[in-house]
Amino acid sequence: MVPLSWYMVLGAVVFAIGVFGFLSRKNIIIVFMSIELMLNAVNINLISMSHYIQDLRGQILAFFVIAVAAAEAAIGLAIVIALFRNKATAHVDEVKEMQG
Amino acid sequence: MNFQLPDLAPMMPELVMTALALVVLLADLLIRKKEVIALISMAGVAFVALTLFYAPGGATFGTMYISDGYSTFFKVIFFINVILSVLISIKYIAVERVNYGEYYSLILFSTIGMMIMASAGDLIVLYLGLELMALSTYVLAGFIRHDIKSNEAALKYFLLGAFSSAFLLYGISLVYGLTGTTDIKAIASFISEKGLADNLSLLLSVAFLVVAFGFKIAAAPFHMWAPDVYEGAPTSITAFMSVGPKAAGFAVLGRVFMVAFASAKVDWAVILIPVAILTMAVGNIVALSQTNIKRMLAYSSIAHAGYALLGIITANNDGLASMMNYLMIYAFMNIGAFAVIIMLRSEGFKGDNISDYEGLAKTHPLAAMLMLIFMFSLTGIPPTAGFIGKLYIFMSAINAGYTWLVVIAVIFSAISAYFYLRIVMYMYMKEPKTDVSLTTSFSNGVALAVTTVAVLVIGVLPASLLELAKAAISGF
Repeated sequence: MVPLSWYMVLGAVVFAIGVFGFLSRKNIIIVFMSIELMLNAVNINLISMSHYIQDLRGQILAFFVIAVAAAEAAIGLAIVIALFRNKATAHVDEVKEMQG
Repeated sequence: MNFQLPDLAPMMPELVMTALALVVLLADLLIRKKEVIALISMAGVAFVALTLFYAPGGATFGTMYISDGYSTFFKVIFFINVILSVLISIKYIAVERVNYGEYYSLILFSTIGMMIMASAGDLIVLYLGLELMALSTYVLAGFIRHDIKSNEAALKYFLLGAFSSAFLLYGISLVYGLTGTTDIKAIASFISEKGLADNLSLLLSVAFLVVAFGFKIAAAPFHMWAPDVYEGAPTSITAFMSVGPKAAGFAVLGRVFMVAFASAKVDWAVILIPVAILTMAVGNIVALSQTNIKRMLAYSSIAHAGYALLGIITANNDGLASMMNYLMIYAFMNIGAFAVIIMLRSEGFKGDNISDYEGLAKTHPLAAMLMLIFMFSLTGIPPTAGFIGKLYIFMSAINAGYTWLVVIAVIFSAISAYFYLRIVMYMYMKEPKTDVSLTTSFSNGVALAVTTVAVLVIGVLPASLLELAKAAISGF
């Protein structure tokens, strides 16, 4: 059997890739995908722990995370489209009406 | 298998509020005049506030949902916030040409999220409430679809909000792996039984939760989104989200850290004290150089989060009560200030530069006087409520032995006088340059009257509000 710590390391690595992508990528859609990566890292963590301690709460939370992520994706893309209608760009560095 | 329906009575306010939000959403299809929808929302919220006092307290859905004095006090703050925000919105969203009914239902949905957060007895419920609040607020921040600043505000708020909720979830997953539960009370007993107070992975999960909640309350160094979002969002929504989500963030901060991590106080105090100092420093110092008043109030709201954090750091009921008292006062004075700002916005005139306030006292003496009261209150000058709020929070911190922290807070509070009183100086000591015409309306007048009276009455008779907060927190 694969030990729990492997899953935890996998979760931590995926989460770290997500954080790195969020901070370094410039395309809004890719930044957005990085956030999804972070959420899925959490799901890996939750489900492996839930299986390890034989408790269902972790899996329930994972379902909620998936559902909320879907709602978040809908709102996020709607915001990007609203922005795109006013300024045809999907590049974070070009969205700088306000600074200081 | 027997499936028993949980006791729904303690969560009556949330249920009625959800029904109200759905009714408002449907009423939008039938009713052309959006003012009527605003009226329905406010009357509905007043009714929900009544059910709040008749609903029995206690835990339901196992212990996932707790209705106690603490949550009730915060819910009252949310109701005040939503009613005042709707009052100042009615005319404003017509001026901005975004007079849609969804606006009001989104505000209500966001408030339901805050109520769920305040009552969360389980980290799963906390997360769901937080997301309901946040997702509705993202949409509201971008509500002026034809304005690129509003789009940008929504985008920044959304990206950083989603980023912070991923941190929250990672923190929750670590706590879950460590304790095997997500129930706040069970986490507390597990930590104290096993003596996990100085466990490294617990410290790590606390750090993740501080990051997540720090984003929500706009504490430095997680405040970067606040100035841009506050500037770009519709002014009424800026008022709404500078009070509501912040208070909700403090509600969960108080419950999670004071209950779940009560025995690990050494862990989180070490993280929260530098965060509080940095928050006060960044908020007050960067506000000095702002030229946009919404941006300046964004930094001011960051600074106020720093003061309120002192109440959590003291980690006793006294500190928590003064933190709740402070947030209630902050709701009145901040929305009052925004109610004045919103009047300067008229067709073809933005009115959010500080220089637009030059000579306001000559052309509009009443508006200038109200702004003066709110600025004095935000600075913390007696006899306004802001002074009382700061006094109690500093006193409780001194009583808990954090005198040096209070000295720092008072120094930053003195610095803040510069940028608040600069507005007063512009209004009273300069000649009017541009011809500013005010957009007045009955509803905005009501909001101004309520906030002014509240700021002055609490300032003169402070005891009863603090007693209420103390009574609310007893048995926490």
